[in-house]
Amino acid sequence: MDLFAYGFMQRALIAAALTGLVAPAVGTYLVQRRLALMGDGLGHVAVTGIALGLLTNSSPLWTAMLVTVTGAVLIELIRERGSVNGDVALALLFYGGLAGGVLLTGIGGQSASTLQEYLFGSILTITIADIWAVMGLTAVVLAIALGLAPQLFAVSQDVEFARVAGLRVRAYNLLIAVLAAASVTVAMRTVGLLLVSALMVVPVATAQQLTRSFRATLLGAMVLGVAASVGGLVASAVASSRAQVAPGSTIVIVALLGFAVTWPIGSWLRHRRRLTSPFDDEPLDGLGGPDGPLDAAHRTVTEPHVHRHGADCGHVAVPHGDHVDYLHDGHRHAPHEAHYDEH
Amino acid sequence: MPVIDLRDAAVALGGRPVLRHVDLRVESGEFVALMGANGSGKSTLVRTLTGLRPLTSGSLALFDTPFERFHAWSRVGYVPQRASAASGVPASVWEVVASGRLTRRRLLRPLGRADRAAIARALEVVGLADKAREGIGDLSGGQQQRALIARALAGEPELFFLDEPTAGVDLPNQQALADALGVLKADGATIVLVAHELGPLAPLVDRSVVMRDGRVVHDGRPLADHEVHAPWVGDAGDPHCHPSARRQARRERHGLPVRSPLDRPERSR
Repeated sequence: MDLFAYGFMQRALIAAALTGLVAPAVGTYLVQRRLALMGDGLGHVAVTGIALGLLTNSSPLWTAMLVTVTGAVLIELIRERGSVNGDVALALLFYGGLAGGVLLTGIGGQSASTLQEYLFGSILTITIADIWAVMGLTAVVLAIALGLAPQLFAVSQDVEFARVAGLRVRAYNLLIAVLAAASVTVAMRTVGLLLVSALMVVPVATAQQLTRSFRATLLGAMVLGVAASVGGLVASAVASSRAQVAPGSTIVIVALLGFAVTWPIGSWLRHRRRLTSPFDDEPLDGLGGPDGPLDAAHRTVTEPHVHRHGADCGHVAVPHGDHVDYLHDGHRHAPHEAHYDEH
Repeated sequence: MPVIDLRDAAVALGGRPVLRHVDLRVESGEFVALMGANGSGKSTLVRTLTGLRPLTSGSLALFDTPFERFHAWSRVGYVPQRASAASGVPASVWEVVASGRLTRRRLLRPLGRADRAAIARALEVVGLADKAREGIGDLSGGQQQRALIARALAGEPELFFLDEPTAGVDLPNQQALADALGVLKADGATIVLVAHELGPLAPLVDRSVVMRDGRVVHDGRPLADHEVHAPWVGDAGDPHCHPSARRQARRERHGLPVRSPLDRPERSR
C-alpha cells in the first residue's frame, strides 16, 4: 500500500508501536496494585501541563512531563499517608488537572482545538523531534520496568512484606508513579490523554484472561499493546478515504475487541480449571469406611455404562486421592474392579 | 546473645497508646507464641518487631544490632496476616515465592542456581512443589498461607515472624503448616508466631507470651488455648493497685459472680 510510503505515516507507525509497548508495561504494575485508573488521572493532570506549555510558549511535551510527574509524586505521597483512599486521591487529580488545564488555556487565549490535539491525539502530525523524544522515553521506561521487574513485582504484590525484606518501598512506589507519568506523556500524541489509560489497562486485562503468571501477563500485554496500536492505526488509515477517523479511537477499539474475543476463552479456561481441580481426599472418619454406618466408601453405580471411562471418553476426569473420578451426569464415578463406585 | 531484645517499648497508633512497657527478649532457637484476645496488641507487637510500626519510646535490637542500624534483612523472614495472597494481576506460586529471595539478590542480577535451589526447597518444605506453576489465586486459603510461608523461607532467614498463619485455615492445612514449622525449628530457626489458637502448633511452642490490653501479662511456660483467657493469667503483673480490683480478681478466680459498681451491695451475713 502506497500509504506507508508517506513520511508522516512511517513516523505514526513508529510512535504507535512504541506507545503500545510502553503503556501496558507500566500498566501491569498499576493493575497489580489495583490502581487501574491511575493512568487516566495522570492524563487529566497532563492537560494542565499542556496548557502551561502553550501559555509559556515552551514545548508541551516537556511541561506535560513535568506537571504529570509532580502529580504522580503527589498522589503517591497522599496514598502513603493513608489519610485519603487511593481512589479519592485519584478523583482529586482528575478534576484538579482538567480544571487547571481548561483555565490556563482560557487565560492564554488558545482555542479549544489546540488542546483537543492532545486530548485525543494527533499521531499523523508527529515530527521527527517528537519521535526522538518518544524513543528516549520509551527506552528509559522499558529499561526500568523490565530491569527492576523483581523488585517492582514484590512491592506491588505485598507492600509490607517488601518493607520487611529491606526494599526501599517508597522509592519504588515513586518510581512506578514516575514511570506512569512518563508513559502518559509518551502516549499523549498517539491515543491522546483521555484514552491513555485504555492502552495501559485493556491489554493487561486481555492478557490475564489467558495467563497464570505475572511474567506471561507482562510480556503478553506488551505484545497485545503493540498489536492494538499498529492495528488501530492501520485501520484508521484504511478507513480515512471514506470518513474522518481519529487513530486514537480505533486503537482503543481494536484493544477492546481483543478483550472481547479473549474474555469468553478466559472464562471457559477458568471454568475448566475449577472443574478438574482435585477433590479433597478426606477419610470419612466414623461415617464411611467398610464398617461405617454410611458405608460411603463403597456404593456401586447402578446406571448402565455403554463405554469404559478413560482418557478420552468425554467425561471430565478429576484426580481424587490415589485414583481418578469421572464426572457423569452430576455423579462421581470411580473405577473399581469390574464396576464403578459412587464417590 | 538474644536475637530479639525489646525494652520498655511503647507504640502508639494515631496518637493512641497501644503497647505500653513491653519487654521481650527472645533467644536463638526459641519458638515463641504471642497470644491474646483480639485487640490485645499481639499483632501490633509483631509488627513493631519487624519495624513496620515505629516505637514511640523504648528500644529494639535485632541480632544485637540497634534497630536504626539494622540492615541484615536477609536474616529475617516475615509472613504477614493476609486473607489472600493474590493481587490485581495473576502471579504463579513460584513467582510469589521467588520474591522472597529478594533479600539476598542484588539489583539487576538474574536468579542464580543457589536462588533457584532455595525457592525449590521452600516449596518442598510447605508441600507445594507440585503447584509451583499454578496461579496463586487458584489455590485454597490454606495453600495460599503456605505459599506465603514459603516466600519467607526462600530468603533462608534465621528469624521468622508469622502473623496469625492459622487464621481461617482448615485443620489438614494447619497440620501441614505445623509440619513445615517443625522442619524450621529442627533446623534451629528462631520463630515468633502470633496466634489466636495454637491447634496443631501447640507441641512446637517453647514459650507463651500473653498480651492483654497492650501489656504482657504472661511470659513463660507454654499455655494451652483455653488457659490464655483464664482470669488468673497475668494476675501477678496486675497493673491495677486498687484493692477493690484485687478483690474482684479473687472473686473471678473462685468462680463468684463478677460485681460491678452498679450492683446492689451484698448484705453481710
